[in-house]
Amino acid sequence: MADHPLPEPAVAKGWLASMMLIRRFEERAGEMYAKAKVGGFLHLAIGEEATIVGSVGAMREHDYLISTYRSHGHALARGTSPDPVMAELFGKEGGLCRGRGGSMHMFDLERRFMGGYGIVGGNLPLAGGFALASDYLGTEDVTLCQFGDGASNQGTFGETLNLAALWKLPVVFMVTNNRFGMGTALERHSAVTDLHKRGEGLGVPGMQCDGMDVLDMFHVTGEALRIAREERRPILVEALTYRFRGHSMADPEEYRTKEQVAEWRLRDPLITFGDRLVAENVIDADAREQMDADAVARVDAAVAFADRSPFPSPESLYDDVYVTGGQVRGWYSVDTLHPETGSPDNIVTQSETGAVPQAMTQALEAGEDQ
Amino acid sequence: MTVVRYRDALNEALREELQRDESVILMGEDIGVFNGAFKVTNGLLAEFGEKRVRDTPISENTIVGMGVGAAMTGLRPVVELMTINFSLLALDQIVNHAAHIHYMFGGQVKVPLVVRMPQGAGHQLGPTHSHSWEAFFLHVPGLLVAVPSTAADAKGLLKAAIRDDNPVVFIEHEYLYGQRGEVPEGEHVVDFGRAVVRREGTDVTIVGISRMAVTAQKAAETLSSEHHVEAEVIDPRTLRPLDLDTILESVRKTNRCVIVEEGWPHGGVGANLAALIQEQAFDWLDAPIGRVTGADLPMPYSKPLEEIAYPHEPQIIAAALATLRDT
Repeated sequence: MADHPLPEPAVAKGWLASMMLIRRFEERAGEMYAKAKVGGFLHLAIGEEATIVGSVGAMREHDYLISTYRSHGHALARGTSPDPVMAELFGKEGGLCRGRGGSMHMFDLERRFMGGYGIVGGNLPLAGGFALASDYLGTEDVTLCQFGDGASNQGTFGETLNLAALWKLPVVFMVTNNRFGMGTALERHSAVTDLHKRGEGLGVPGMQCDGMDVLDMFHVTGEALRIAREERRPILVEALTYRFRGHSMADPEEYRTKEQVAEWRLRDPLITFGDRLVAENVIDADAREQMDADAVARVDAAVAFADRSPFPSPESLYDDVYVTGGQVRGWYSVDTLHPETGSPDNIVTQSETGAVPQAMTQALEAGEDQ
Repeated sequence: MTVVRYRDALNEALREELQRDESVILMGEDIGVFNGAFKVTNGLLAEFGEKRVRDTPISENTIVGMGVGAAMTGLRPVVELMTINFSLLALDQIVNHAAHIHYMFGGQVKVPLVVRMPQGAGHQLGPTHSHSWEAFFLHVPGLLVAVPSTAADAKGLLKAAIRDDNPVVFIEHEYLYGQRGEVPEGEHVVDFGRAVVRREGTDVTIVGISRMAVTAQKAAETLSSEHHVEAEVIDPRTLRPLDLDTILESVRKTNRCVIVEEGWPHGGVGANLAALIQEQAFDWLDAPIGRVTGADLPMPYSKPLEEIAYPHEPQIIAAALATLRDT
C-alpha cells in the first residue's frame, strides 16, 4: 500500500462508511437475486469498493462520472440514495430509471452519474462526448470514465483515446483492471498487460494506482483530474483491483483458484482501511461496528423501499421511447402482441402518450406476457 | 422560390442552424478542410471555424458515440457518415446507445443528435458503398428516420431534425445530391410525420421511398400518357414517425397499392408498409399490394449488372399495371 497520510477524520470516516454501504448493498443485492426479487444479470463490485470510493471521492460535484454494467456502487458513492438503486434492481416504478434499465443501467442525472452501460467499451465514446461538451461550453467540468480491462480491447478504446488526445479533451479514462474480462484472464486477453501503457501510442499518458487502497485511488485520481482540468488533456489511469465474487451471479468461477481469491481478500479494502482508522485513532472498534450496523440498516431500508414500490403500470410501457411534443406526438407502434386481423384498434399511429391499446392493457393486467 | 441542388439545400440548412443555435456543431470525416466527400458541408469550416465544424479521424462508432455524449450534455451535434454502409460500424452507438438512452434511463436525459448519411446505387461503387438501408433504422424504436427526396424536403427536414430532441437518422441519397429543386425562400422547416402527395390520381397508389419517390413520379407520368392509368404518388418523407393516415386515405380511394424502395426485399420498408396497409385497409384492397425493391444481393460493380439490381420506371409501371389486371 502506498504511503499516503490520512485525510481529515470526517473525510476518512466518510470513505469507510461509503465502502461499507457498497459492500452491504452488494451482499444484499446478491441475496435478493437468490430470492428472485432481482432478475437478469447482477454484477457485484465486492472487492472493488476502494477503487470506486477513492476515485469518486476525488471528483468535484459538477464533474461527470460514467461507468459500466457494474455500477451500483458508483451511484451510491456519488450520493444517490440506496432506495431507488435497490428499487431499480427490483424493476420497480420507484427505481432510479423507473425499472427500465435494471442492474446494468443505473443513471442519476442530478448527480452527474451519467450511467452504467451494458455494452463493453460502449461508454468510452460517450465520455469523450461529455468532455467535448464541457470543453465547447467552456466549463471546468472533467469526465471520469471507468471501464474494465476487457473493454481496453474494444475498438472504442483506441478510437476514443486518440480523438480525446487530438482534441485535448478534459477526460480521465480509468481502466479498473480486476484481472479478468468476464472469465478470461488478463494474460489470456491482452498482449500488453500493463494497461496504463496502452495509451502512450495514442497520445494519452498513463498512471497506475492501487485499486485496493482508497487513499492511493484518491490521490492518483485527483492528480489525473487536475491534469485534465488544468492542462486540458486526457489521462489514462489503471487501477489494479480484484472482484471477490464472480463476474455475475451466474458465474461458476472455474477460471481462477480459490487460493488467488483468498490472497486478494487479505487486501480487502474495508479491512485494511478500517484497521488503519482504528490504529490511527480516527475511530474505535465500537464506532467501526456501529458504522457497519448503520450500513446494514440503510440497506434494510432500501430493500423495504424497493418492496413497497409498485411495479411500473402497463400504461407506462411506452413512456420515454421518444421525447414527445413538437413533431413527435407519441410513439408509433403496432400492437402485434395481440393481433386481431383487420381490427383498426390494433394499430397505434402517433397516439398521445399513455394511450396503450386496450387489448394490450388488459393482457398485461391478466399477466399473459409474464 | 429559388432553385438549388439538393446538396446545397442541405448546406443551407446546416448553415442556418449553425447561425441560429450556438449548441449546434458538426462532426465527420472530411467535412472540413476537404469540404465534405459530397460537398454538403462546403464552406462551413471557413465560415464557422474549427470549434464548430470538426474533421474527425475515421472512427465511425466513436464519432457517433461522442455525438451521443455531447447531445446528452448540452450540444446538438450533427454527425456525417460518408456512406450508409459505414453506419454499420456505428450501429452500436446508434442503436444500443442513441436510440435506447432516453428510455433505459427512465426519461432522465435526451439525445438530440442527428446522424446524416447518403445511400443509394448507381455510381458503380460495388458491394460496400451502394446500399439502401432505411429499413435497418426503421426497425429501431427510439430513432426518428428521414428519407428526403427533394431539395426542399432535404432542407426543411434537416432543420427540423436538428431542432428535435430525439436522435435522428437522416438518410440522404447520392443520386439526388446533384438534382435541382425549388426551395422556399426564408425560414423553411418541414415537420416529421407528414407524408406528401406528389401526384394526385385515382387508379393506384404508389408509395416511393427516398430516391424512389422521384422514380415513381416519372413512372406515374408514363402510366398516364401510355396506359391511361392515373397513379397517386405518395412520398412519406419520414419513416419514423410514419404518416400512415395519408397512405391509407389514398389506398381507400384507389383500392390498389404499390410500394417502391431501393433496398432489399426481405424485411424491407415495403414489407412493413404492406403489412400495415392490409391490417388497416384490407376491405378496401382490390388487388394484392405490389412491391418493387432492389435485388436481393450485394450491389454488383459492373454497370449493366448494377442497372438491373435496383428499380427503374419499367418495373414500377409493370407492378402498377399488375394491380389493375382483371378489373
